[in-house]
Amino acid sequence: MVIVDLASWACILAGALLGIVGGVGMHRFPDFYTRLHAVGITDTLCAALFLLGLSLQAGLSLASLKLFLIFVLLFFTSPTASHALANAAQHGKLKPVLDGSQGEASR
Amino acid sequence: MIYAVAAFAILVTMGLALARALAGPTIYDRILAVNMFGTKTVLLIAVYSFMSGRSDILDIALIYALISFIGVVAVLKLVEQGNFHTSGGDDDQERPEKW
Repeated sequence: MVIVDLASWACILAGALLGIVGGVGMHRFPDFYTRLHAVGITDTLCAALFLLGLSLQAGLSLASLKLFLIFVLLFFTSPTASHALANAAQHGKLKPVLDGSQGEASR
Repeated sequence: MIYAVAAFAILVTMGLALARALAGPTIYDRILAVNMFGTKTVLLIAVYSFMSGRSDILDIALIYALISFIGVVAVLKLVEQGNFHTSGGDDDQERPEKW
């Protein structure tokens, strides 16, 4: 049981670290498309590590089945939402901040 | 104890996302931040379910994941087309220049 606990704590701590890194990237990256990259990290791997760590705590039960369902849902919806956002931004003629150009991003 | 650490990390991330949603220069930044906020809310509800020992709260997290995705896609459609009733594809819709 100690090994399972340690594995689940490692997963949860790694997920927490990835979440904070993604939040900082969300705050500091210069334009929309780079922020999309930061959100892509936190939405997939951070959520997957959290749910894996929680389901290691739950063992083989109904709770871990629900956690697996949440994982499947996030696994399909979060890349779809990211793609729809990028598509909408491109369709709305949002220009990325390129090297040397000063964007409208916060400075 | 580990749940408290996880909840704190998720809350910090949600705060950063909320700051970007308030400060974001374009509407797409705001939608992106709200999308991330929704995903983190799902994780926070799951962690809270384990913290309080009631596994039925996980159903709320499941439903929230569904509603969050539908909401983001609906807001994107509204921003792109200006309404909900056109089927998309036509590029001659009136769109405000600045949001």
